[in-house]
Amino acid sequence: MNQRASNLLDEALGLVDEGTNPWTLSGRVLLIEDCVETSATFLLHHLLKRALYTLSSNVVVFLALSQPFSHYDRVLRKLGCNLAAQKENNRLLFLDMLTSEFPDGGESGLVALYGKIEKVINGLIEENKKSITIIIDDLSLLEVAANGASNHVLDFLHYCHTLTSVFGCTLVALNHEDIYSSMEKPALILHLEYLADILMKTEPLATGLATDVHGQLTVLNKETWDGQGRSRNRIFNFHFRIKENGVEYFSPGSRA
Amino acid sequence: MATSKSRTSSFSRNLTAVPSSNTPGLKYGPNGTIFISSGIPDLDKILGGGFALGSLVMVMEDAEAPHHMLLLRNFMSQGLVHKQPLLYASPSKDPKGFLGTLPSPRPCKDDKDKSRDHDPEQEGLRIAWQYKKYFAEHQQTFDNTRDGKHEYCNDFDLRKPLERHFLTGQHIDCVSILHNSDLVALRDRCATFITQFPRNDGSIASAGRIAIQSFCAPQCEYSNVEWDMLSLIRSLRSMIRSSNAVAVVTFPPSLLLPSVSKRWQHMADTLLSVRAIPDEDKELANLLTGYQDMVGLLNVHKVARINTQVPVILDATTFSIKLQKRRFLVLECLNQAPIDGASGNSYGTSASCSASSRTGTLDF
Repeated sequence: MNQRASNLLDEALGLVDEGTNPWTLSGRVLLIEDCVETSATFLLHHLLKRALYTLSSNVVVFLALSQPFSHYDRVLRKLGCNLAAQKENNRLLFLDMLTSEFPDGGESGLVALYGKIEKVINGLIEENKKSITIIIDDLSLLEVAANGASNHVLDFLHYCHTLTSVFGCTLVALNHEDIYSSMEKPALILHLEYLADILMKTEPLATGLATDVHGQLTVLNKETWDGQGRSRNRIFNFHFRIKENGVEYFSPGSRA
Repeated sequence: MATSKSRTSSFSRNLTAVPSSNTPGLKYGPNGTIFISSGIPDLDKILGGGFALGSLVMVMEDAEAPHHMLLLRNFMSQGLVHKQPLLYASPSKDPKGFLGTLPSPRPCKDDKDKSRDHDPEQEGLRIAWQYKKYFAEHQQTFDNTRDGKHEYCNDFDLRKPLERHFLTGQHIDCVSILHNSDLVALRDRCATFITQFPRNDGSIASAGRIAIQSFCAPQCEYSNVEWDMLSLIRSLRSMIRSSNAVAVVTFPPSLLLPSVSKRWQHMADTLLSVRAIPDEDKELANLLTGYQDMVGLLNVHKVARINTQVPVILDATTFSIKLQKRRFLVLECLNQAPIDGASGNSYGTSASCSASSRTGTLDF
C-alpha cells in the first residue's frame, strides 16, 4: 500500500523505483521554498513518508519548529504512515523545538543541536548510517529562534551539509522565499540555493485561487554527472492539488 | 503497517471529542479541532466555523483606519458573553477603558424576528436557481445557532455597550504595551494566562482569548527590537498551539520592514487584512453594488490548517464589511454591478487584492 504508482513529483526527484537503489536522494540537499499564499509543507510530509517507507533502514531526524508532534502525527496518519510507531522503533527521531530558543545569537544552542544530531547518527548501526534524512521545518523559524543570527543558522546548515557528504545523509529544509525577496543580500537563502541539489518551489497560480488546482510546483533537479560524464539541470513544472491522503500532480493544462 | 496499542485503526474517530452541550461557545470541527466564534457570524461561516483553538490569528491593519478594531471588539465581546477569560493588550494608557466600548449582544427576544428580517423579503421573491444553494446554507446556519440560550455566535449591536455584569469578575486581564519596550513582561503575562488552559485529551472546561491590538505600533517603541518581537510571536504561537486558547494579534504591516512583515504573516495560522474604502471613489462605486453601505473590505489570506495539509480554498477572499442598520456587522461577497463588460479588468485588480499578480518563472 505504500508503494503507490509513481507520480510526477517522484519522477522529478528521481525517486522512481528501479529496483537497484530505491532511495536515490542520499547525499543530496533538497531545498523547498514557498510563500504565504501557497504553503509547501505537503512536500515535507511526502518526503517524510517516502524516507520512512522506501527503505526499512532509513532513519529520519525531524527538526520541528513549526508544529507539535500531534499535528504531524495526524497528517501523516491520513497519508498512511504511523509516526508514533516509527518513533517507537527509533526510525524517527522527532526533535520538538516548538518552544526552544537559543539566546545570545544562538551559537551555543545551535552547536548543541548539531551535536545532538551527530550523536544520533554516530549511535546508529553501520547499515542505517547510509540512509539518514534530516528534515527541517522550517528555517525561518530557526532564524527567529536564534534571534536573527542568520550567520549562525548558516553555519549550522553547513555542518549539516558536511553530514551529507560524510555519511550520505539527505538534508531537506523548508524556507519561505517571500521573506527574502525584499532583502538586499539574503545570504542564507542564496547559500542554500547554491548548495541545494534539488530546489522545489511552490507558487500560487497566476490566475488566483482555484478549488481544483492548489498551486504550481517547480522542481529544479541539478543532476550530477550522468553515465556519459555530463551534468545537466532538469526543470519540471507542474500543478498540484492537495488532498488528505495524498497529493495529485499533473501537467499544466491537463485538467479540463 | 505497524499499529500502536493506543489506536487500532488510522481512521478511528476520537470518541472523547464528542460535543458536550454544557460548554457554550465551543463547536467541534474537522480533524479534531474545536472552534470558538469570532463574534461575527459571517466571519465564522467564511472560516468554516470560527477560529480553531490553538491557532494564532493575525489581522493586518489599514494604517489609516480603525477597521481592525471592529474585528477585535466583536472577538472580545463574544468571549465575555461566553464567560471565557480574556487577556487584552493594547498600546493605550488605559486598556481597561477599551472594555467600555465593546458591543453588546442582540437581546434574545427580538433576536428571532430581527435576525430573519432580511430573509422574509427574499422568501417572497423567486430566487434565481444559481443562488438557491447559498440561501439554503444561510438558513441552516441560522437555525444551528439558535438552539438554546447560549448561542455559539451572537450578533453584536455596535451602538450598545456591553452590559456591566459581563465585565465584572476575575477573568479579564488588561496589559498596556505603551512605552514598554520590555517584551519579557508581556510574554510572561501571556504565558501565565495560557497556563489556565492546558490541553489534555478529555473535556474542555473553558477556552481563553488573547487580543493584542496594534502590536508593532510606534508608541510601543519596539522599532529596534524586531527580532524580539518575532521571537515573542513565535513563543506565543507555540504556547497557544498546545493550549485551548486563541490569540488575535493586529498589526500595521506598513510599519514593518517587508521581510519582517512576511515573517509575521508566515507565523499566522489565520491571516486576515482589513482595508478602508475611500468615501468618494467614483470608480469603485460604479463597479460594486451596495457601495454606499460598505465601510471597508476584509481579505482572507490564509485559513488555519491544523492537523491537516489540505488548504482551505474559499469561493471568494475579499468581502465587504457592512453595517446593517448601522448596528450589526455583516460581511458580504462583493457583487459586481451590472454594467458594461469593459470594466471587468479593473474590477479584478482593484477589488481582489489577494489575487496574485506574480507570474511564475515558467509558464505555458
